[in-house]
Amino acid sequence: MLSLSNLAVARGGVTVLRGLTLAVAPGQALILRGPNGSGKTTLLRTLAGLQPPAEGTFDLPPDSVAYAAHADGLKSTLTVDENLSFWSRIYGGPATDHAVAALNLTQLTRRRAGELSAGQKRRLGLARLLVTGRPVWLLDEPTVSLDVASVALFADVVRDHLGKGGLAVIATHVDLGLPEATILDLDSYRARVIQSSGFDEAFA
Amino acid sequence: MKALLLRDLRLAFRSGGGFGLGLAFFFLLSILVPLGVGPEGGTLGRIAPGILWVGALLACLLSLDRIFALDHEDGSLDLLATAPIPLEAVVAIKALAHWLVTGLPLTLIAPGLAVFLNLPVGGYPWLVASLILGTPALSVIGAFGAAITVGLRRGGLLLSLLVLPLYVPTLIFGAEVVRRGAEGMALATPLALLAAISLGASALLPFAAASAIRVNLR
Amino acid sequence: MSVWEYANPKKFMQTSAWALPWVVGLTVLLLVTGLVWGFFFTPDDYKQGSTVKIIYLHVPAAMMAINAWVMMLVTSLIWIVRRHHVSALAAKAAAPVGLTFTLIALVTGALWGQPMWGTWWAWDPRLTSFLILTLFYFGYIALWAAIEDPDTAADLTSILCLVGSVFALLSRYAVNFWNQGLHQGASLSLDKEENVSDVFWVPLLVCIAGFVLLFLTMVLMRTRTEIRARRLKALLARERGT
Repeated sequence: MLSLSNLAVARGGVTVLRGLTLAVAPGQALILRGPNGSGKTTLLRTLAGLQPPAEGTFDLPPDSVAYAAHADGLKSTLTVDENLSFWSRIYGGPATDHAVAALNLTQLTRRRAGELSAGQKRRLGLARLLVTGRPVWLLDEPTVSLDVASVALFADVVRDHLGKGGLAVIATHVDLGLPEATILDLDSYRARVIQSSGFDEAFA
Repeated sequence: MKALLLRDLRLAFRSGGGFGLGLAFFFLLSILVPLGVGPEGGTLGRIAPGILWVGALLACLLSLDRIFALDHEDGSLDLLATAPIPLEAVVAIKALAHWLVTGLPLTLIAPGLAVFLNLPVGGYPWLVASLILGTPALSVIGAFGAAITVGLRRGGLLLSLLVLPLYVPTLIFGAEVVRRGAEGMALATPLALLAAISLGASALLPFAAASAIRVNLR
Repeated sequence: MSVWEYANPKKFMQTSAWALPWVVGLTVLLLVTGLVWGFFFTPDDYKQGSTVKIIYLHVPAAMMAINAWVMMLVTSLIWIVRRHHVSALAAKAAAPVGLTFTLIALVTGALWGQPMWGTWWAWDPRLTSFLILTLFYFGYIALWAAIEDPDTAADLTSILCLVGSVFALLSRYAVNFWNQGLHQGASLSLDKEENVSDVFWVPLLVCIAGFVLLFLTMVLMRTRTEIRARRLKALLARERGT
């Protein structure tokens, strides 16, 4: 479903990853590993379509991606329910009940997002993925500020998603115990500086 | 898309949404100008069209940086850019929401404030007409400026510097309509041009603004 | 060979290094000829006396102020369509030069206006348009200065230049309309073709050509500087990368 061919991604004009060629089938997860600055976020943003690839191509079915960044995109003056149903309506996705239950937010639906703890906010941010109804999840450090129980809860959600034929690309250092997970160590794709001879080679 | 409009309106009216700030500014300006200029009715009446339009324009400017900056800070702009709605539509809807919470209320209170400024009677209907036709242009142009500066720290001041020159034609035609209305002169031309600017800007600027946002999110 | 070859930074640097001395020489020649001719070897105007001679600075500066913006518009378009870095950098290089010409036109206009019209400033449509043009230049330059990433800056300033050009034209039209509304048809500007006789006209043409070349010289030099700065930045980034 997701395939990269000789993909290179750049941050701030400098290529950070190069030569990524791989394919991920439905039901599989791709775990991105690598030290800070190795390009995990840049790769995810590229796949989400927020920035163009520096080289190469990637292939995804149209309108298939749901992206979850570091920031959850929550509005603190809206309630949990209002935040979720907004995204549900934007994506034309399923109703919010299932997402609320899956991430254990049932008690909190009428609370304002601004009053939630960091972990609760994160759970709300992840619940957004379920209301998008999208098959491909791009997750950037999804377990940050989650406690052990919530990590397990989230792992269940991802496993369920994969079980339904979904796909997930996850930048994380936590072992989620996913069955069909390929681990991709980005360190070996780090872009070495090479003398390029392109048209604008003076600026490369 | 209706969901986005409703969300933006809800956010504006909830606490901290900044609704009313522009109105309060407009109100204060209309009181301060007579205090500075002097109470002579003829003078006030003559400058009233210009003052009211400049006031509305500055009041609009106050809330421009909120159009995209807040969404950029909390990450929702990234998510909106990857959502199924085209970014051009996001811009257009956010500009519409901005107009509904600033331009429209400004238009509605302007006749009240015109009383302080001694606007000649003939000017009132044209004041409302010119603002209702002209303020959409202010919101859309402002949304374009906000899109250009969304990725910048301290973008607020730069935003004013970029947007104010773009406001010149709208201001000139808008104030001209009111002035001619107040003096009982023919005003079809400036009114038509004002409407043309609003329509043209609403049709074309969302594309420019969306491409600016894409560049900024890169 | 296509003209786009010259958008290659290396090719541009080579060609401009070769051309620059010639352009500078020609600029000096034309400017000195035109200005000396204009200032010392033309008769005083029967109405305006010697003040009319400021025309040799004022008119060329005013023309170049507008032409510089047009050049920025063209180079911005080239950047958007063809992604040549040199084009974006040339637009960046032209902006302060254009702003300077605009300011020269405004200041010489004020100096001329004082003895002629009895006022430093009038909200004449032309003067007002130039004042608004100054604002556009300020915004454009400030935007370049505010953005760190060079490609982002090039993209955003190009978009601003495009939209700004449309609104600058609109403003020009609006200002004409607005002033007409104030004083019925009382224009204070000189109409060049009608009022200026050949004795003034020929040195003026030389001055205009000199200003065009002066602009070219400065834009070439500034673009070369920008290219070097850009290259330095790229090399530093490469250094950090290894």
